[in-house]
Amino acid sequence: MNRRSLLTSAIVAFGLAAGGAAAQDKTKVGFIYVGPVGDGGWTYEHNVGRLAIEEEFGDAVETTYVESVAEGPDAERVLTQMALGGADLIFTTSFGFMDPTINVAKKFPDVKFEHATGYKRADNVSTYSARFYEGRAVQGTIAGEMTESNIVGYIGSYPIPEVIRGINAAFLAARAVNPDVEFKIVWAYTWFDPAKEADAAKVLIEQGADVILQHTDSTAPQAAAQAAGNVITFGQASDMSEYAPRPRVSSIIDNWAPYYIERTKAVMDGTWESSDVWHGINEGMVGIGEISDAVPAEVKEKALALKDSIAAGETHPFTGPINKQDGSVWLEDGETADDGTLLGMNFYVEGIEGSIPN
Amino acid sequence: MIKLERRRQPSQAWSYATPALAVVATMFFGGLLFAALGKNPVEAIRTIFWEPLFGEFAFYYRPQLLVKGAPLVLIAIGLSLGFRAGIWNIGAEGQYIMGALASAGVALALYPLEAWWIFPAMIIAGALGGFIWGMIPAILKARFGTNEILVSLMLVYVAEQFLASMSLGLMKNPEGMGFPGSRNLQQYPSAFNSEVITNSGIHYGVVAALIAVIFAYVLLSRHMLGFQIRLTGEAPRAARFAGVEPARLILFCLGVSGALAGLAGMFEVSGPSGQVSIDFNAGYGFTAIIVAFLGRLHPVGILLAGALMALTYIGGEIAQGNLGLPSAAIQVFQGMLLFFLLALDLLTNFRIRFAVRGTA
Repeated sequence: MNRRSLLTSAIVAFGLAAGGAAAQDKTKVGFIYVGPVGDGGWTYEHNVGRLAIEEEFGDAVETTYVESVAEGPDAERVLTQMALGGADLIFTTSFGFMDPTINVAKKFPDVKFEHATGYKRADNVSTYSARFYEGRAVQGTIAGEMTESNIVGYIGSYPIPEVIRGINAAFLAARAVNPDVEFKIVWAYTWFDPAKEADAAKVLIEQGADVILQHTDSTAPQAAAQAAGNVITFGQASDMSEYAPRPRVSSIIDNWAPYYIERTKAVMDGTWESSDVWHGINEGMVGIGEISDAVPAEVKEKALALKDSIAAGETHPFTGPINKQDGSVWLEDGETADDGTLLGMNFYVEGIEGSIPN
Repeated sequence: MIKLERRRQPSQAWSYATPALAVVATMFFGGLLFAALGKNPVEAIRTIFWEPLFGEFAFYYRPQLLVKGAPLVLIAIGLSLGFRAGIWNIGAEGQYIMGALASAGVALALYPLEAWWIFPAMIIAGALGGFIWGMIPAILKARFGTNEILVSLMLVYVAEQFLASMSLGLMKNPEGMGFPGSRNLQQYPSAFNSEVITNSGIHYGVVAALIAVIFAYVLLSRHMLGFQIRLTGEAPRAARFAGVEPARLILFCLGVSGALAGLAGMFEVSGPSGQVSIDFNAGYGFTAIIVAFLGRLHPVGILLAGALMALTYIGGEIAQGNLGLPSAAIQVFQGMLLFFLLALDLLTNFRIRFAVRGTA
């Protein structure tokens, strides 16, 4: 087969794939996951969202997924495979899938893509993310009240804006209720690696932390805290309620289902348009898992009050006066952070020790 | 009563038959596994082996086999030279990373200059990056007798930290809004490792892998150095009497395997991957060790083994997407394939005798 006919056949097949999809009555929705669906955290919750789509639309939809896909060329291949297979809508659920999503979207203009936590969009690529930092503020409040050693450990995944934003939000809230609290931060350089996460938790506990916050997806830090005894933790991405009431005293739950259902509906109705969504507690995308009885009633009340106030739009977790780590003024008294700065956040606020690795 | 009896000579016939037998055994037991998971085993096996090659969308998957297989073959060829001589470079993953970083560094430093010599300069930088990273365990072993397995493996973790540091700092895309990861070299024409023939999947890395196969074949079968490598592996004392200098061989083997791994990283970062990111390394350096042994440390064998591994990866992904098989089941399936290949290798060197109990 010469070059020209190979190209032609490719184009014909692409066209067939798109045409075939339109002819079917079932809407096909694909998901690619960075971890296994059994991680109990990030990927698990995305998969819950996928199942919610099936539940909602029944026989009118067909969903598929590929799990544990490496971020890079592998992701591009899996996405192409889904698009060829006739998917109408594809959710790419990790930051590192950004460039592959854009590349594949260019080749399949009739397929809609939804990329989580990224910033590159196109006519057929939307982005969506959740304001996890709102949940972090609630966690920080509980952490600041509960710590006796005044040392809070934080397991970071990668030093990217989303994670740094979470650290800052939790720290500010903790300092607001406990001026002596300090944060110790360990970078795990992974989203999901139970062994590394457990090691990070143990290091923090040895350094005196009696509260562990995590921005990684497995339950290994919870298990490490349970083994250590007098340490509390928070579920990440998923409720992780199997570790309640101790060490897990509360959690941030990513609730993707409503958004996934809405976007699938839009594709079915033909009303889908590229958009950029950043929802928080108010819209229900960020949930706060039940605060367990290990937390004193007045602390629980305080945390829930903050949650309600954030949901009502009365409180913004980043409200001035806030200085950057180097002492320069970031926000004046009463000023709130704009989304642009939050999205690209690459600095610690005043009071956090250490530097962001680079 | 079953007895194993060592053959005088490894059986030529069995050494060709066992790989095919292993694939058949894997299909059978893999089928049982898929059936136990409630999937149609015939459908699953067909999806993994048939779909990428001859299925409806084979026009897309066939080129992808080359893209996935090329780095594996390129790295495995380099490793096989050392393995044959009993020099164990386990750190190809690190050399792969350093090659990618060195070449991406050249490209990013020159951005947005367009010139014909940028890509060749990146190739040299990539090979050099891997070479230098391979030289560390080589010199330490030749000079101080350190264990190259440990040193090369540990240097993988050093390289990973270096990679993270580069994607978060020096090489971070200034237009990336603070997110980690470099500029995408696919959008930088002078640095882009484009396909030699459009839509064929044949980028320069695939060409390099094929050249490496030929180079290794000629070296091992026709060249004095190749003879020395084989002799050192099979009879170290004899090699010494034959005038082989161990230090020179160590430097050569680790240097070549480092340079080839570096090249693989270079072609990957400038082509299919496109950017330096924290998770850039996808385990090619470690998988290549398996490919090297699967190919019996023979250049042509490695070429076939690389193609087979690429097939199971891509077929496995299709099976996940189309049939809903969990990724763990695919990994078990790949593990089975390796297990049967190595286990059945026994037949090459041993003969199975069925003896009646009384007479044995």
